[in-house]
Amino acid sequence: MCFTILPRLLPGPVQSYPSMYPITGYYGAPAQQQQSYPTIPSQAAPVSNKSPITNSAHSANYYQNNHPQQLQQHHLPQHHYNLQPFQQQQHPPYTTSASYYGPQSYHASPAQQSQQQQQQPSLVPMAVSGPGGPLYPIVSYPSAPGSSQYGTLSSSQSTTQMGAPLHQYGAEPPASSASGHSGYGMAPPSQVAPTVNGQGSTAQNAVHSHYSQTSQASLSYNSYGGVTQSSGGADADRPPSGTPSASVHSSPGHHQGGDTSSSSTGSASPVPNSYDSLEGGSYPESMPPSSNVTNQAQPYGSYGYPGMQSAYRQGPASHTDASPSHDLYGQSNYQQYSQPFPSLSELSAALGGLSGVPELEVEALRPINLLQERNLLPPRPLEAPEPNLSPDLKKVNCSPQTFRCTLTSIPQTQALLNKARLPLGLLLHPFRDLQQLPVITSNTIVRCRSCRTYINPFVTFLDQRRWKCNLCYRVNDVPDEFMYNPVTRSYGEPHKRPEVQNSTVEFIASSDYMLRPPQPAVYLFVLDVSHNAVEAGYLKYFCDSLLENLDKLPGDSRTRVGFLTFDSTIHFYNLQEGLSQPQMLVVSDIDDVFIPSHDSLMVNLKESNELVKDLLKSLPALFSQSRETHSALGPALQAAFKLMSPTGGRITVFQTQLPTLGAGKLQSREDPNQRSSSKGAHHLGPATDFYKKLALDCSGQQIGVDLFLLSSQYADLASLACISRYSAGSVFYYPSFHYIHNPAQLEKFQRDLERYLTRKIGFEAVMRIRCTKGLSIHTFHGNFFVRSTDLLSLANVNPDSAFAVQMSVEDSLADSSLACFQAALLYTSSKGKRRIRVHTLCLPVVSQLSDVYAGADVQAITCLLANMAIDRSLSSSLSDARDALVNAVVDLVSAYKSNVSNLQQSGLVLPAAMRLFPLYILALLKQKALRTGTSTRLDERVFAMCEFKTQPLQQLMRMVHPDLYRLDNISDQGALHLNDTVVPQPHLLHLSAERLSRDGAFLMDCGNVFYLWIGKCCNEMFIRDVLGCPNYASIPPNMSHIPELETPLSERVRAFLDWLQDNRAFSSTIHVVKDDASAKATLFQHLVEDRSEWASSYHEFLQHIQQQVSK
Amino acid sequence: MSLFELIITWGLIIAFDELKTDYKNPIDQCNTLNPTVEKVKKIKRVKIAIKLVLPEYLIHFFFCVMFFCAAEWLTLCLNLPLLAYHVWRYMSRPVMSCPGLYDPTTIMNADILAYCQKEGWCKLAFYLLSFFYYLYGYAVSSDRRTTQHGSV
Repeated sequence: MCFTILPRLLPGPVQSYPSMYPITGYYGAPAQQQQSYPTIPSQAAPVSNKSPITNSAHSANYYQNNHPQQLQQHHLPQHHYNLQPFQQQQHPPYTTSASYYGPQSYHASPAQQSQQQQQQPSLVPMAVSGPGGPLYPIVSYPSAPGSSQYGTLSSSQSTTQMGAPLHQYGAEPPASSASGHSGYGMAPPSQVAPTVNGQGSTAQNAVHSHYSQTSQASLSYNSYGGVTQSSGGADADRPPSGTPSASVHSSPGHHQGGDTSSSSTGSASPVPNSYDSLEGGSYPESMPPSSNVTNQAQPYGSYGYPGMQSAYRQGPASHTDASPSHDLYGQSNYQQYSQPFPSLSELSAALGGLSGVPELEVEALRPINLLQERNLLPPRPLEAPEPNLSPDLKKVNCSPQTFRCTLTSIPQTQALLNKARLPLGLLLHPFRDLQQLPVITSNTIVRCRSCRTYINPFVTFLDQRRWKCNLCYRVNDVPDEFMYNPVTRSYGEPHKRPEVQNSTVEFIASSDYMLRPPQPAVYLFVLDVSHNAVEAGYLKYFCDSLLENLDKLPGDSRTRVGFLTFDSTIHFYNLQEGLSQPQMLVVSDIDDVFIPSHDSLMVNLKESNELVKDLLKSLPALFSQSRETHSALGPALQAAFKLMSPTGGRITVFQTQLPTLGAGKLQSREDPNQRSSSKGAHHLGPATDFYKKLALDCSGQQIGVDLFLLSSQYADLASLACISRYSAGSVFYYPSFHYIHNPAQLEKFQRDLERYLTRKIGFEAVMRIRCTKGLSIHTFHGNFFVRSTDLLSLANVNPDSAFAVQMSVEDSLADSSLACFQAALLYTSSKGKRRIRVHTLCLPVVSQLSDVYAGADVQAITCLLANMAIDRSLSSSLSDARDALVNAVVDLVSAYKSNVSNLQQSGLVLPAAMRLFPLYILALLKQKALRTGTSTRLDERVFAMCEFKTQPLQQLMRMVHPDLYRLDNISDQGALHLNDTVVPQPHLLHLSAERLSRDGAFLMDCGNVFYLWIGKCCNEMFIRDVLGCPNYASIPPNMSHIPELETPLSERVRAFLDWLQDNRAFSSTIHVVKDDASAKATLFQHLVEDRSEWASSYHEFLQHIQQQVSK
Repeated sequence: MSLFELIITWGLIIAFDELKTDYKNPIDQCNTLNPTVEKVKKIKRVKIAIKLVLPEYLIHFFFCVMFFCAAEWLTLCLNLPLLAYHVWRYMSRPVMSCPGLYDPTTIMNADILAYCQKEGWCKLAFYLLSFFYYLYGYAVSSDRRTTQHGSV
């Protein structure tokens, strides 16, 4: 049972704990330990609440020092994670603290991370709203209806009013400076502090006293053995106490005694107090409320924890007794903290009104008349609503970036769900790049015996030895191995294991989870070299990019690569080690493709590195004179399939035109005259099932196919995309790609390619989604093959694709107050390790319609509806899908009117939580995927549909409803302070031309592209300081970068842009758009609130909705 | 003959139920349900070569032709709606290069699976009723024949 939790490679002997169990240690240690424990809770609790941020910064450092000894047992492929850009060694080794802290801890960028951390201080006093909860944006929303009715640029108004909440972000200069060097090590004080207790002492040791590890190890393990032994005895003596939390309060000095009776922590939630108490055990110093944790810790830390664990164990006893004052203090705090606990001990009671976020709920339910209220947008991009859970559950819940539900309060019955007229579904981004992830190596992965759910923070421990599954409610045994907690090195506290403290964990799977030995990373590149491809000129850029990133391809020493090019024939490349140069083998029989040589086409990247590089250097020249216009994509794919089927892996296809030869050839189906038809588009579905069948075969052989389409002509993406859709690949499309004429696309291609080649990858993956009994999965959306009702087969899994799941309520959920969802992704890492990543989301079940509305997540709902609309437009027609979207709004408005809102006021009334819904739906209707009337190429439309299906929520929302900011008056007011930079936070503006002014400069963030719009009368200072041009007239028409100037304004703008870039996987290009340029149209089509030639304005849309409702 | 129909439909229902309760991979399932030339090997391996949908349709079509020939207008009228439904169903099947009705990529969609199951049950009921109806018709006609025979 080895736990490896740190993202670093650790040298050191591999130790295994289990063998130590049976050894009879001495009995003395545990006895002392028993004494030492009582005080634990008391110290931990105060620390958690009061310690200033600076401490936590230090603690992060402790963590680091701490690793080597704490986790020396194993050598995990940590480097796996190091691939990620943000994965620096600043992480706490075992990130309980941060992840425990809450859903936010997995944010994609350090930037965001520290933003939250800075929010933290301001939140601490607001105990009710939950520590760690991000500010609910609505709170700061100016609720003055009609304050600015129509017209006038309201930016000024919003600055003054909305500035207030923003101040909180940056209000803490010392905090920010601390965060600067600690990265996200400085998780919220509440968690870090306790963790410091537990591990800080070890850390100290590592720093101050350099013992030899081996001798220490033996010592400490011995003592450890003693502990377990005795605790086992205690366990036997003590009958499992049935009422869990009662004992916590009545006798804090006792219940933890033998560290065996887990009664105190029997409750479902990963109780913070118990966690604290555990950690606190090693930390005897009294702790004045405002004292600096680290300073306190130091003297104690020099005790030499690892070397003399017994000593360390004894330590607390004496110390704690000696400090009654702090004890008192601690107790009171502890009591206070766990006050809700007695009632929480039962799962059913765990939520209720206890969580106490009434203001938020009231705010979310505040009826808003959309026809009167003009300023709906929050000042900052909308965040996911917080589920109405108890703070303890909230803290451990899964990050909304990974796992989001459309309704954060699950309706009890299908009837209630139908009444609400909102879709129930999940949005998942399971393989997202995470900054910190507890990785667990364990012989037995604890799972429910009937439903196979992985143990998670939301299970209930009935007693020490039994836990109740939160999905099927079966009572399971806790295996012996699970009794030992490697983080704290204590025995008998299964509820404090990392699995039970984190809702996102990763297991290193044993051979039980393999059907075959884990496959190596295998990459095959299938390149179009027909005349058309040569014209487009992508080959050179591809080869350059691959050459550059060849060493960064995820993989290990077994990594294999291969190349295959095709025009009307198929060319294989023999790259066998030992050849002086690559050999090309041409197969011209495309009707019956065969593989000319089996073992030398896919070669080991390490061994044949030089040949591969040679080939990449010579490829562009090799085909520069190609006159062959036909493209035999189908046969090339068949050949690729044959080449890859023994191993599985990833096929990357580059295609520049319609396939015209062999199997899978396609005809042009697009009628250019129909492009702008208002009736809708045809041929959205595939023309042939060749690609689908091939994709299913690929999926069966664990081959994923990614498609890069760089076509200037119609290439029938609707058919071609099937090859990726069913093999869990991804699709990239670069319309009218040309290396000279279209530099913007070229730049995008290069950036995407870099990310694509270096991003993480998982092979031969499956994902299963389990949910609480009573809920069932209805439909999946995304790229995969559905193997059974809850199992997705993913030949490849990549960190940039997301999934959506529609759910239905089959049986009433009345007997449970919590609904849980668990997504388990089993995959083979590029290093050949079988891993399981488990995400668990817990949400309350409600019986009131108003509660359902209060918990509605408007962004998630929009995304799920978009997915459903895409399905509808494929199965039925585009106009049907559009009608369905409009009806979704109409239904919601009328349902809200008739059921919840008791106001007699006329107009279009929606709860505040859903106030942006009509706007988002209107924006959806104006997207390329779903718009009618405007000229849209079929391929672009189909690609937009593919993106809807696979893009993660945040990215999709930015594409649907871009963020608009005014940049010329950007100031540091309310700015974020990250590391050394100050990131200004301008306010969001409505997407309407009336918000643009001629004397301003505006930035529009569309997800994959930025537009910087410069008004005609824009401040010359801005143009000079930011763009480096003397005046408006001299701005070049195709400017696509911001020069690095030394002016404060330029620095601010670039800091803001960089900060925006950090939050996304694929970096976006920036286009400077002048007011008079023709590119203006591309910007203006994103102003979704305005009326366009074929689509109504937001106001008209609302009136249309109102008419429909009153009908 | 009618018994065959019953059996086939029953098999179909079982197949979808299996799918719903997770025993079978939809690729296998659709392979058994869709008769495909290239999958014959696989089917042989599975050894349960019930290619269900097309035989059902063909048998039903054959019945209708027989009723037409025998000038059994009432029975034909009863069967015509189902025949029309079959034709419509086959015309609106997903894009496929081989004969078949079910697409492994969409069959796990809860709506479609539920629809297929419901369809199976309805057909089972219809075939059961018509089975007894034919039996009755057979009994009546043979009775009539024997009585006619006896009177002569």
